[in-house]
Amino acid sequence: MTDHTLVDDALPDRNHSPDTQYPYDLRFAPTHPPLSAHEATVEAHRCLYCYDAPCIQACPTHIDIPTFIRKIATDNLRGSARTILEANFLGGTCARVCPVEELCEGACVLNAEEKPIAIGRLQRHAVDHVQERGVQLFQPGTPTGRRVAVVGSGPAGLSVSAELAKLGHAVTLLEKRELGGGLSTYGIIVLREPVEVSLREVDAVRALGVTVETGRELTSRDTLDALLSEYGAVFLGLGLGAVPAMGIPGEEHLIDGLQYIEDSKIRPASLADAQNVVVIGAGNTAIDAATVARRRGADVTMLYRRTEAEMTAYRHEYEFALSEGIQYRFLTQPVRVLSEGGQVTGVECVRMVLGAVDPGGRPTPRPLPGSEFVVPCGAVIKAIGQEKPALAAELGLNVEGGYIAVNQDMQTSLPRVYAGGDCVRVRGTASTVMAVQDGKYAAAAIHGQLSAAQETAHG
Amino acid sequence: MADLSVNFAGIRAPNPFWLASAPPTNSGAQIHRAFEHGWGGAVWKTIGAPVLNISNRYAGLSIAGQRLLAINNVELISDRPLDVNLREIAEIKRLWPDRAVIVSAMVDASPEAWREIVMMIEDTGADGIELNYGCPQGMSERGMGAAVGQVPEMCELNTHWVTSVTKLPVIVKLTPNVTRITEPAHAAIAGGAHALSLINTINSIMSVDLDTLQITPSIGGRGTHGGYAGPAVKPIALNMLTELLTDDLVLRSGVPVCGMGGIQTWKDAAEFLLLGAGAVQVCTAAMHYGYRIVEDMIDGLSNWMDDKGFATIPELTGRALPQVSSFGELDLGYQAVARIDPDKCIQCNLCYVACNDTAHQCIDLVAGNGVRVDPGYDMRVNGKAVADTRPTPVVREPDCVGCALCANVCPVDGCITMVSVPGTQQSVSWDALTAQRPEIASSWDAMMAYRAEQGIEIH
Repeated sequence: MTDHTLVDDALPDRNHSPDTQYPYDLRFAPTHPPLSAHEATVEAHRCLYCYDAPCIQACPTHIDIPTFIRKIATDNLRGSARTILEANFLGGTCARVCPVEELCEGACVLNAEEKPIAIGRLQRHAVDHVQERGVQLFQPGTPTGRRVAVVGSGPAGLSVSAELAKLGHAVTLLEKRELGGGLSTYGIIVLREPVEVSLREVDAVRALGVTVETGRELTSRDTLDALLSEYGAVFLGLGLGAVPAMGIPGEEHLIDGLQYIEDSKIRPASLADAQNVVVIGAGNTAIDAATVARRRGADVTMLYRRTEAEMTAYRHEYEFALSEGIQYRFLTQPVRVLSEGGQVTGVECVRMVLGAVDPGGRPTPRPLPGSEFVVPCGAVIKAIGQEKPALAAELGLNVEGGYIAVNQDMQTSLPRVYAGGDCVRVRGTASTVMAVQDGKYAAAAIHGQLSAAQETAHG
Repeated sequence: MADLSVNFAGIRAPNPFWLASAPPTNSGAQIHRAFEHGWGGAVWKTIGAPVLNISNRYAGLSIAGQRLLAINNVELISDRPLDVNLREIAEIKRLWPDRAVIVSAMVDASPEAWREIVMMIEDTGADGIELNYGCPQGMSERGMGAAVGQVPEMCELNTHWVTSVTKLPVIVKLTPNVTRITEPAHAAIAGGAHALSLINTINSIMSVDLDTLQITPSIGGRGTHGGYAGPAVKPIALNMLTELLTDDLVLRSGVPVCGMGGIQTWKDAAEFLLLGAGAVQVCTAAMHYGYRIVEDMIDGLSNWMDDKGFATIPELTGRALPQVSSFGELDLGYQAVARIDPDKCIQCNLCYVACNDTAHQCIDLVAGNGVRVDPGYDMRVNGKAVADTRPTPVVREPDCVGCALCANVCPVDGCITMVSVPGTQQSVSWDALTAQRPEIASSWDAMMAYRAEQGIEIH
């Protein structure tokens, strides 16, 4: 194979790893292959082992990075993984999906002189070492007799479950879908994280005694009340909803970007192939969807109504997309999906101009009358954000800007109900590592609440 | 272009880079190839009594992923028959008349044995003889090598047996496995040695394999001490060289010293020459990288000599020796302090932790607003921007004793420098001070009184 964009869908069996439950497509091979043992050793030795290191502070979960790297340097991989996973139970996922340029690696002191330490790849090296061998580093705590229900098995749910289980609480983790892992399982493209990695983390939570019940959905206040009657506390890690409707003619032909990414992971054979694919949006999810389409052989054009300067995608993601051969059309707003006989033929767009700066600090784009034009394509994917958790209102929770309102302890407006992850927005931007940290804060608060209740009960 | 030629005890060579008696000089074919690469001379691997070598023979020292910072060997002298070696020595000397060809020898401690081998060596046309009184392993158990070098009387006697029967220059190669290197040196000079060379290898156990629990190298499940050499031994070799070249008896005798021990580059060689070596020998570096390294040794030394205005090797030989002093001669009044260049500092804070934990607690962390702060971070703050608000280490100069630990741990070239400052104490050496006031050396009260006089405060 000389050109991976030209291979046929039907891949030879040798590309189907016997170790993986899900179809493995070489075109989605990870962008960053794992470090070899020697590479990891050399890279670990580059680390200065800073004192009070900025990378530790830059990491939202405050992993003791110099310590875990030193342990790699001394061939203490199990110890290294423990250092990581003690601070961040989803260290394996975070090693793959974290925007390290914005966090730990961005703060590395070596940025001043040379290139930063490859902290993410080293973290993956250590965590994979134990997870691939099925080494259990943690044990359930001494049972407290207290029960907690966690709704949603994404990063926030797994994090809070693991922390509570380590403290001895009986945790039931409810997941509406077939597989656990939430966004890690369904929403991160295989290039970054294969399904197996995410599922290993669900298994690691199970190994701590957490009961994982899939196919269980929280839909109403009644179900929440039922949980509250049975459990000492409830944590909501609900995530966000689907990509919102654009409200344009031909909307029914638009492919939901998140669904597209999910299909590429779970049922890749179901993905329709088109020679030309248009992706609407310019955020990280849009880039992910575009990458999948591109790797499947399509010419991909991303449409964004503002300019490069206003894109929400990380700079490195944008550059990655360009390196993949993905085209960008800025100041372009889709106004209609064109189709013939049910088959998409193009997107009609209008050119935009930037106007006054909006309250969010970005200039408002407005259409340039008479500038309509058509971008011919066979499929259109929309990735213009996600709907906020509509369930919040149904549950009677206070919301802030559409997200579930929580305090610093991740407590919602309802007693004994906590929330974290993408469905809240306590700090900064949404990301897996933030969700993990939300889970840690919530676990600490829930533990405090349950312990206090226990003392009262005993008193 | 500097003239690199040397005349060492009458042995002439186009440059001072000679291969030491060791595996790289095991045969005519090897030395022929080495000379083609430019080596100025070679000391033929020790010839003498019949031996059987063993498998395996070497263990390596790796630090921080860097291989072979030292090597340890249990190899014996040449295991090729005497007549083969002698024939090849003669052939090499005939082919390479301008190169130094020196023959290392080691035989039983008897005048007959020495006379016999010396005659054979003379017949080859070699330029000199090196007496191997060094090898610590294998041969010493048979009364040769270090067994001779460690007993001054034996050293003198054996040397005398050789020098009384040969007209060739005789170099005595000393073992470092002694308490005072000058004693065997004096004995060799008394025995008529024309030159000295050092160091031979140091007794060592390289390591224990943590998987097999075997000493390395493991020879059929057993291990033994070996001879330690390579970059890691250079400081020991430089010290022993300096001990010889600052010794009155050695200086009066006028014998030149050939330096060896850890020479890997022209820079190492230049240091040996500056401390008085008349030529240098190299082994481990050639074993690591091959003969080709000599090209840069010659080129680098020549360029450096041009830059420094040295036209010949004798001009630079021993140039650093006048600085060598005893502790008692050093100026107690000299004061240096560490100074950190804030523009170069990358805030790894290694200086801070080193000074605070293990030195004199005179580095503070100072925040951007000039306030002294403790290490640590705010759990709720993260992201790469934290690197911009890192506190900077600042030396509290009045409390700095000038130990230079911080300058040694700093990873940035030229960031921390030791700067001379006016001292508070009178300029006086310990020897001079205690000659005037001997009570200072024996009474803490007297010492404290002196400190009070001088305004010396110990922090």
